[in-house]
Amino acid sequence: MTGAAADRLVAETGVPGLAGVPAPVALTGRTHWLKRLLRRPAAVVALVVIAGFVVTAVFAPWIAPQDPLAASFSEVRKPPSAAHWFGTDEIGRDIASRVVFGARASLLAGVVSVLISLAIGVPAGLLAGYAGGAIDMLLSRLTDALLACPFLILAIALSAFLGPSLTNAMIAIGISATPAFVRLARGTTLAVKAEDFVLAARAIGNAPWRIALRHVLPNIVPPLLVQATLAIAAAVIAEASLSFLGLGQQPPQPSWGSMLNTAKDYLDNAPWMALWPGLSIFLLVLSFNLVGDGLRDALDPREA
Amino acid sequence: MSRPLRAALVAAWVALVPALSIAQTLHIGLAEDPDVLDPTLARTFVGRVVFAAMCDKLFDIDAKLAIVPQLATGYQWSADGKALTITLRPGVKFHDGETMDAAAVKYSIERHKTMPGSNRRGELAPVSKVEVVSPLTVRLDLSAPFSPLLAQLADRAGMIVAPKAAQQEGDKFGNHPVCAGPFRFVERVPQDRIVLERFPDYWDKAAIHFDRIVYTPIPDASVRLANLRSGQLDLIERVAPSDMPQIARDPKLRTSKITEIGYQGITINVGKSDLAKQNPLGRDPRVREAFELSLDRQGIVQVAMDGEADPGNQWVAQSSPFYAKNVPMPARNLARAKALLAEAGVPHPSFTLMTATTADAQRIAQVVQAMAKEAGFDVKIQSTEFATSLNLADKGQFDAYVLAWSGRADPDGNIFSFDACKQPLNYAGYCNAEVDDLLKRARTAPDVPTRAKLYSEVAAIVLKDRPIIYLYHRHWLYAYTSRLTGLRSIPDGLIRVQGLHFE
Amino acid sequence: MLTFVARRIATIVPTLVFVSMLIFGLQQLLPGDPAKVLAGEEQDPAVIAHLRATMHLDKPLPIRYLYWMRGVLHGDLGESQRSQQPVTTLIAEKLPVTLELACLAIIIALAIGIPAGVVAAVKRGSAWDYGASVFALWGLSTPNFWLGIMLILLFSVTLGWLPASGYVSPFENLRENLAAMIMPAFVLGNAIAAVLMRHTRSAMLQVLSQEYVRTARAKGVSERAVILQHALRNALIPIITLGALEFGTLLSGAVLTEQVFTIPGFGKLIVDAVFNRDYAVVQGVVLVTATAYIVLNFAADVAYAFVNPRIRLR
Repeated sequence: MTGAAADRLVAETGVPGLAGVPAPVALTGRTHWLKRLLRRPAAVVALVVIAGFVVTAVFAPWIAPQDPLAASFSEVRKPPSAAHWFGTDEIGRDIASRVVFGARASLLAGVVSVLISLAIGVPAGLLAGYAGGAIDMLLSRLTDALLACPFLILAIALSAFLGPSLTNAMIAIGISATPAFVRLARGTTLAVKAEDFVLAARAIGNAPWRIALRHVLPNIVPPLLVQATLAIAAAVIAEASLSFLGLGQQPPQPSWGSMLNTAKDYLDNAPWMALWPGLSIFLLVLSFNLVGDGLRDALDPREA
Repeated sequence: MSRPLRAALVAAWVALVPALSIAQTLHIGLAEDPDVLDPTLARTFVGRVVFAAMCDKLFDIDAKLAIVPQLATGYQWSADGKALTITLRPGVKFHDGETMDAAAVKYSIERHKTMPGSNRRGELAPVSKVEVVSPLTVRLDLSAPFSPLLAQLADRAGMIVAPKAAQQEGDKFGNHPVCAGPFRFVERVPQDRIVLERFPDYWDKAAIHFDRIVYTPIPDASVRLANLRSGQLDLIERVAPSDMPQIARDPKLRTSKITEIGYQGITINVGKSDLAKQNPLGRDPRVREAFELSLDRQGIVQVAMDGEADPGNQWVAQSSPFYAKNVPMPARNLARAKALLAEAGVPHPSFTLMTATTADAQRIAQVVQAMAKEAGFDVKIQSTEFATSLNLADKGQFDAYVLAWSGRADPDGNIFSFDACKQPLNYAGYCNAEVDDLLKRARTAPDVPTRAKLYSEVAAIVLKDRPIIYLYHRHWLYAYTSRLTGLRSIPDGLIRVQGLHFE
Repeated sequence: MLTFVARRIATIVPTLVFVSMLIFGLQQLLPGDPAKVLAGEEQDPAVIAHLRATMHLDKPLPIRYLYWMRGVLHGDLGESQRSQQPVTTLIAEKLPVTLELACLAIIIALAIGIPAGVVAAVKRGSAWDYGASVFALWGLSTPNFWLGIMLILLFSVTLGWLPASGYVSPFENLRENLAAMIMPAFVLGNAIAAVLMRHTRSAMLQVLSQEYVRTARAKGVSERAVILQHALRNALIPIITLGALEFGTLLSGAVLTEQVFTIPGFGKLIVDAVFNRDYAVVQGVVLVTATAYIVLNFAADVAYAFVNPRIRLR
């Protein structure tokens, strides 16, 4: 996106970074960007890692060596051994199994939160951008208000309101992340609205909602996809943060964040408790970040 | 160097050294930030740790929980037990220079009783009048005999504040408290530090060896310990049990521990709301007995507290003179537990265990869940934030609740508010007329043997009804630099500064 | 220009009103009775009643909102129920601490992010690009409380080089202050570095494809000068304005960092206040934060419009 269009987008949305957002791609361009993505080794490795985690999460009962909830009071905080590859935790449960099952909670937290944000944010942003006028004013001020509150504070307050649990943490993170998607959806909608093919559709006399869904929506997908991927990474960390504060997935169900929260009290005498969940979070989040960055580059028409 | 010059230099050095000696500061790490530093309004345990150095009280307790003199030198009960005459220590001054006398004591006690928002009102409820008998003698008239009174006067209710300063500041007194303790208030930055400096006119100044104390609240136990190890702190309280072995291995650090006067238990909703009737645990004492028998207290202590607690089955520790020997601690008995459940007709009862989001509570809940499962219980852990749990407990919206009590020196403080009908802390909703009568009599009985007998009768009933299942009594754990000596371990968990010094 | 500024200001007021309503409503909807939380262990009913009266808890929600707003407009943000101090005093004490942490974090983020972004843009597509990306990204991928604890273990416990926690005012002892702040600033700055790296990279890429860069190269200016003097200087403006918008991220990150390193700043203040249902503190702090964020946003917009006349004409 260049020059005037970029500047207008920035001015409208107040998000200067959008200048780096790829221009809307016509539908036929879709196959190209996927190929471009797969040509980058970092993104490919990251995709493989993510796929690995997804497989682990889905097939957890078959992959995990033991029952993640089975406590054994004689095996409390034992270091890694043949019986327990990653060692045991504070009430004698096998950490390897808990890490495997924990993938479910972390992936769920990441994906569901972002799905919630998309489900609320995209329609709202689309509406605001396409309809304009008073609706736009209202939605924009509301979004600004939400954005002005620090994300984590909002998430903490919402989690406290709903009660500590993984589901509520996902809702809290999802709601807290929504404004960013509203902004993005609105901004890209505004840019697309001015493009020729949309003007043409309006000239023919198509109904607004038809234009919005058939013409505008598919074209704002690419930047939303990039943002969503990066948001999943942030959501996984947000879940870990909420667990650190005692909100989020509660024991005995495993989640990497709550495992880290418990492990921090035993860093000196049982460091393995923190190593594996910490490493898993790091790998998963890094992978999502790399894929997101790769997507952004792949969608950039300046790319050869 | 010429002789006279050398001599002059030595003389100068000798003269200057005392002036150059660095002020001795003691850095103490607290597990929380205290609330308001006003003895009348204060509500947290950790605030009492600061008060121990700043606000002396009429009496104090020793390691055996016996009453010892502090601002008072002696006491005398009247024959009918309805009047307590207290003789005060002469020559005691407040931090602002006022003299402590009977008038000041009268003022303080009345302030505790009447100031809006006072948290001491319930503690001093039976006190109907305070009389100044002479400048150093004061008499408290009671509406009925009340044995726990001395223990109350050995805590915040007995802290005497400077009348002029308190009158001037009103409810803002906590921002700049003026008391009669060994150290006086200098400054406080919330969540950062509380600084006290030595009060030169303290009545027991020989026992004080520091010029300043700085309290630093650090909620995270590992960070607190890291600060101790790096030398920024000299003494920390509430060490995490799992850290004790490695501290023991460190030659630069020492540890100290003592069993608390409180307890850790599980409160069961037996009558607080309709939920009690709907759940077999709340409805049927046999199910509760089965639950207790499914638990291995020593195992819970080992896993949840790394051994740093004493298993217990009553509201006082086994070493207490008020422990009811007629109801000893039961051992785990899965067979009997299963038999009881079969008898009650519920082989697989299910209930929700409301648990705070703290690490200890979570560990306890998980261990209890695993142990009870072996007897057939399906325990669901419901993690609840503290503020919400208070609400739910108050409304009786729970089946069982993992709850600890910090403890009071007098056994009445550990049971009356919990088991007497309609008392504020009676979350179980327990109400038994006979128990109420026994508890009230135990409050008015004058001597330990009579009271112990009454409490053993209470135990016989209450431990069969099981509104609360007591699990254990935790250890207060301290760690400090090996340079520090004189730390007295008292079961109330407070850090007393008299006698503390660097070697 | 003036109309642009005026229109921008006109949007601030409704936003702030929404923020105040949002945070007030959220607080009051939290379950749990703050009077009970503050009443202490003994839960004396008389104390609870007294607290409820002081906090106006018996009055309906809109009335309580108006009470609060009236105070705000007079500069009174209420009092912390827990420590009995005015919220404005608490904020005045804690804000400079978090601000210092934030500034140090931004400096570290700039020091890591901008060079990484420049390298990634200039050597786009090569191993340097990916390496720089991963280097800056690891900050975003690691939970900052986790990183903080690891650093404490290494630098405080094992090596003993830095203090584990606490805060010393820079006016009291600058050296100790910096020693205590360096680790938390690093932890906080790490995450922002990644964002800055991305912004730098995309801004540089855009600038490097511009006409005047090609002209400079044609004129024979050295590559180094092209990158640093021509490209970077022009790319800096969007980078800086974006950096200002990371303020919100900084505050979120500060919450956890302050918890781990026990720094008496804003973040810690607000987390404790949420758990203690200390309404006045949460409301006051969020209002102040939101106002600062909105003002920063506004300043960034104006700066951007000032530099780029095409925006103004709208």
